[in-house]
Amino acid sequence: MGLLSDPNRRRALISLLTRLNTPICIVCYMAGVAWFMGLAFEPFTLRTYMSENAMGSTMVEERFPAGERALATGREFSAHKKRTGGMPVEWLMKTMQAKGLEVFTQRFSRTLPFPDENKERYMVRGTNVYGILRAPRAPRTEALVLSAPCSPGDNNNQAVGLLLGLAEYFRNQIYWAKDIIFLVNEHDLIGMQAWLEGYHHTNTTGTFCHSRGGSIQAALSLELSSDIITSLDLVLEGLNGQLPNLDLANLFYAFCQKIGVLCTIQGKLQRNDWDSVSGYSHAVQTMMLMVMKQASGRPWGDHGLFLRYHIEAATIKGVNSFRQYKTDATTIGRLLEGMYRKLNNLLERLHQSYFFYLMPSLSHFVSIGYYMPAFGLLAVILLLRALDLWVQLSTPPQRTEDGVTDIEPVRGVLSLLTPLVISHLTGVALYMLPIRFQEMAVEHFPVSETEAVVLTAIAVYTAGLALPHNTHRLLSGEGTEQGWRVLKLVAVLYLAVLLGCTALINFSLGFILALTLVPVAAFVTPHVPKVLSAFILVILSPACTLLFSVFFFQELQEMPISFQDGWLLFLSVISQGILDHSLYGSLVYPLITLLVYPCWLLFWNILFWN
Amino acid sequence: AMAEQKFRVRARALVCVFVCVVMCGCGRDDFQEELVIRPLHSGDIYTSFQFRTLWETDFTRENKVSHYRLFPKSLGQVISKFSVRELHISFTQGYWRTMQWGQPYLPSPPGAELWVWFQDSLTDVDGTWKELTNVLSGIFCASLNFIDSTNTVQPSASFKPLGIGNVTDHRFLRYATLPREIVCTENLTPWKKLLPCGSKAGLAVLLKSEKLFHSSFHSQAVHIRPVCKDDQCKTTSWELRQTLNVVFDLHNSGQGKNEWSLFKMFSRTLTEACPVASSSKIYIDITDNSQGEQFELSPATPLLSQAVVLGDRRTFSVYDLTQQITFGTMRSLNLLIRGKSSDMLRPLLHAERYVAGYGLQTGEIHTLMYNNHPYRSFPVLLLDSVPWYLRLYIHTLTVTSKGKDNKPSYIHYQPSKDRVRPHLLEMLVQLPPNSVTEVTLQFERALLKWTEYTPDPNHGFYVGSSVISSLVPSIVAMDTNNSRERPLFSSFFPSKEESSYFVRVYTEPLLVNLPTPDFSMPYNVICLTCTVVAVGYGSLYNLLTRSFQIEEPSPGLAKRIANIIRKMRGVPPL
Repeated sequence: MGLLSDPNRRRALISLLTRLNTPICIVCYMAGVAWFMGLAFEPFTLRTYMSENAMGSTMVEERFPAGERALATGREFSAHKKRTGGMPVEWLMKTMQAKGLEVFTQRFSRTLPFPDENKERYMVRGTNVYGILRAPRAPRTEALVLSAPCSPGDNNNQAVGLLLGLAEYFRNQIYWAKDIIFLVNEHDLIGMQAWLEGYHHTNTTGTFCHSRGGSIQAALSLELSSDIITSLDLVLEGLNGQLPNLDLANLFYAFCQKIGVLCTIQGKLQRNDWDSVSGYSHAVQTMMLMVMKQASGRPWGDHGLFLRYHIEAATIKGVNSFRQYKTDATTIGRLLEGMYRKLNNLLERLHQSYFFYLMPSLSHFVSIGYYMPAFGLLAVILLLRALDLWVQLSTPPQRTEDGVTDIEPVRGVLSLLTPLVISHLTGVALYMLPIRFQEMAVEHFPVSETEAVVLTAIAVYTAGLALPHNTHRLLSGEGTEQGWRVLKLVAVLYLAVLLGCTALINFSLGFILALTLVPVAAFVTPHVPKVLSAFILVILSPACTLLFSVFFFQELQEMPISFQDGWLLFLSVISQGILDHSLYGSLVYPLITLLVYPCWLLFWNILFWN
Repeated sequence: AMAEQKFRVRARALVCVFVCVVMCGCGRDDFQEELVIRPLHSGDIYTSFQFRTLWETDFTRENKVSHYRLFPKSLGQVISKFSVRELHISFTQGYWRTMQWGQPYLPSPPGAELWVWFQDSLTDVDGTWKELTNVLSGIFCASLNFIDSTNTVQPSASFKPLGIGNVTDHRFLRYATLPREIVCTENLTPWKKLLPCGSKAGLAVLLKSEKLFHSSFHSQAVHIRPVCKDDQCKTTSWELRQTLNVVFDLHNSGQGKNEWSLFKMFSRTLTEACPVASSSKIYIDITDNSQGEQFELSPATPLLSQAVVLGDRRTFSVYDLTQQITFGTMRSLNLLIRGKSSDMLRPLLHAERYVAGYGLQTGEIHTLMYNNHPYRSFPVLLLDSVPWYLRLYIHTLTVTSKGKDNKPSYIHYQPSKDRVRPHLLEMLVQLPPNSVTEVTLQFERALLKWTEYTPDPNHGFYVGSSVISSLVPSIVAMDTNNSRERPLFSSFFPSKEESSYFVRVYTEPLLVNLPTPDFSMPYNVICLTCTVVAVGYGSLYNLLTRSFQIEEPSPGLAKRIANIIRKMRGVPPL
């Protein structure tokens, strides 16, 4: 601070920063990217460890014996599902009752804003069935949830079978201290959303739940579609990039190790050769997949919606690939039994371990303290740029001595305010119009509703590019040097605040946006070559970022696709994003349309300033 | 050894009686013990012990009672020292599942509950209450010492005296619950010690903790109240009732019949009654078994008894333990019950409660009260005592039944004071027939001071059960066609004592999370913030508010004088 209060040194420092601004920015950018890539390097990461004492030292014996019977129940369930052509409510209720649970149902209905073509649904009606296993001598204050979706086709029958098998086994144990809710939800996330809202009485998409087990402490969602599996995959990413407490992942990993089940995260098995190039790139891929999934802000399993209610939850997926190593249902049952017994031992909610982390493998994690500098290095560029602009603006131009007056302040404000308002209005249009105008679009063009929504969104987005860059001239005449500098200063600070807030909530989204938007913000001026810059600006715009992300994601999953398929996938991702927002309240779509896109338009505006 | 022990007990009792009768000449006392076993429709078995000690004495008179026979001395001293008129205390582990099990004989909320009526001659009720809870805490090995002004209320209508006496001024009533209290053997042992026979003889030999706590529900209680000595009611006696209710979980995944016996439930059989007991009986509810198809009993008993219990006419098989013949040739009684579960009528009144909403700022308490009576409405008294750290917004109180606003005819609300007293809300609500009445109330979660958090703050904070008291129309009165066994003239007007019965229903307690700081590093946080504030803020404030200029070195004396002269001359200074 003494450095800054001494005017001479301050001047020197500022002149250093302004003189070396561009090199420092470039170095920061490189350092940010390098730091991020380094996060996946094993020596730099921490090993996971169980922080919760209540789950750590207690001995738990797993004795679940009835895997075969559970699978038989699963087959019975599948037969009844086929017969009723949906959720076999009656059969499920009867079976759960026979196993000694208190059984309740919940009906729900939901009309989507436009048809979901991926899952082929528009007006959704369904029933959730849940059975509560009352813990002996517990006063219904705490509960755990085990859920399995009732999926169309032949999927997840084994999960329901195992759920019922576990219910029967758990019912005969005396040690439960928390009620256990066994939930079979229809229409995956929509059913789960309806159930959670019914349980917490927060909304009215379904009927309210009739009975409860108190506050839910943790939940697991089970997805299992084959009798024998080769590995179990853990899915953590939830709505808006929320993650469950790391101890839940640790618990899963600990039991996989104990019981001897292969476990993966992002579908990637852990490797031991971190010092080889391929080992490192494997870790990078795993971490990148997590970043991409988290940035998407959508729930990647039925557990994703629990996180909003501060319930730690994860999805466990059974994977059946061509590996030699096979695991049967009894073993998975034992694994779940062990996990539930440890969760049952919890005295407090899971809170000891991290809530913000990235996982380059199931046994290693990167905590918020390690990954935030990567983002910080990118964000610092914006601040440096802002400082540079501020200095340029505050040192009076030479010409004023000659008597050439500046534009009057009113015009200055107008030239600043007009682009701000107009670009935000474009953002609002992008947010509102696609759903509002779907009917009109369907009438006038030969497209389906879903296509109409997506194409309207793209059309508004593109129209936004044409619209605002000359608007300030309407009110304030010719743009001045001073004018674009002020506008850019505002835009850069706006972007810094925006990205900073986003990164605090959802690091991955903030980082990906920073990666593309920060260079734009840093280099754009009216004096750079127009055509080339415009091309770069469009390439680095939010929509193109999304397009590249789609291809990159497919690449990471080792399922590369052609440009044609990629484009279709891109369209469906947009429609899914809009649906996620209106169904589950995902914030990514409004964030992009209402804040990020207008902010990017400001830079577009600066490029065409004259 | 058994015989010797029996002999000792008997001898002691005889000596006792002799000494008492000869030397003291104080009031008569009497001890009765009773066990009711009721196979529940869910397949579980409900066992309810009652031990009743009656003593014709007066604890309130001037000269202190000093000689005790059957009545436990520790409680007698408590009554006289703290001017207690009536005392009810219960310890419960688990929640009574009204929908599966029906109404219990003696309801109690999860955790500990204590309510006391004091004599109206008492001046410092609060101080006495504080002392009393501490003493009871010692007697029952429980955390009753955690009862203080922040969880004590004075209900105006819900808890009326159960004994004789006509003082109903609720200034002399104190009610408190500890929903978090965990009940285990250390509470059972002192409770058993209050019995005249301890757990040495009589029904109390069945009370082995390893079995009692291997159950779905466990509740033990002590009730003390003054009762009439005789019909004239000129003098009072004191009644001590010790009750213990246990529900054994007999879930059997197979479809076959359950087979349970005293030995299987308690790992003991009965060999004798308590020698000092005037009556010692086992009742088995066989109402649902009138044709004997649901379950069978062995050994069978010829004694039957009928009673209206909780509005329903029940039939009981009775085993009198004072009769030697009950024990048969084996000289031990091991009741065997074989039976299967069946459906039951929905209980006429039940209730549930939960917290709605998410996040750590606000929430809403929902209380649902179900009236399952097909055509009669009845009023209920709802009592809610909510700790101060949930700040209730009483203006958000809504009571709705069948989608319409249901205005309570009586509301007694006492707002909370932070760290001093809880909210108290009592309402008289009419429940329409066959309906659900929903009471909602919004609240804000307070931020506690950091020393006020419990050692496990992330577990959440408990809110005690709501209490719903009501006179429920009885099933007997509902059954208007039931004239087969009774004379016609007796059934036209419903008889008063049978038309409705008193029920108290407790809802589940709530577990509410409050905004909780991260306690793992308070030290770091304090240090860091202090440093940042001290260093960062001061300097930044300086930078932002001052303008910095390079100071010219101060001129010499000669120059200053020259400048003054130049100024006077109106010439610019040097």
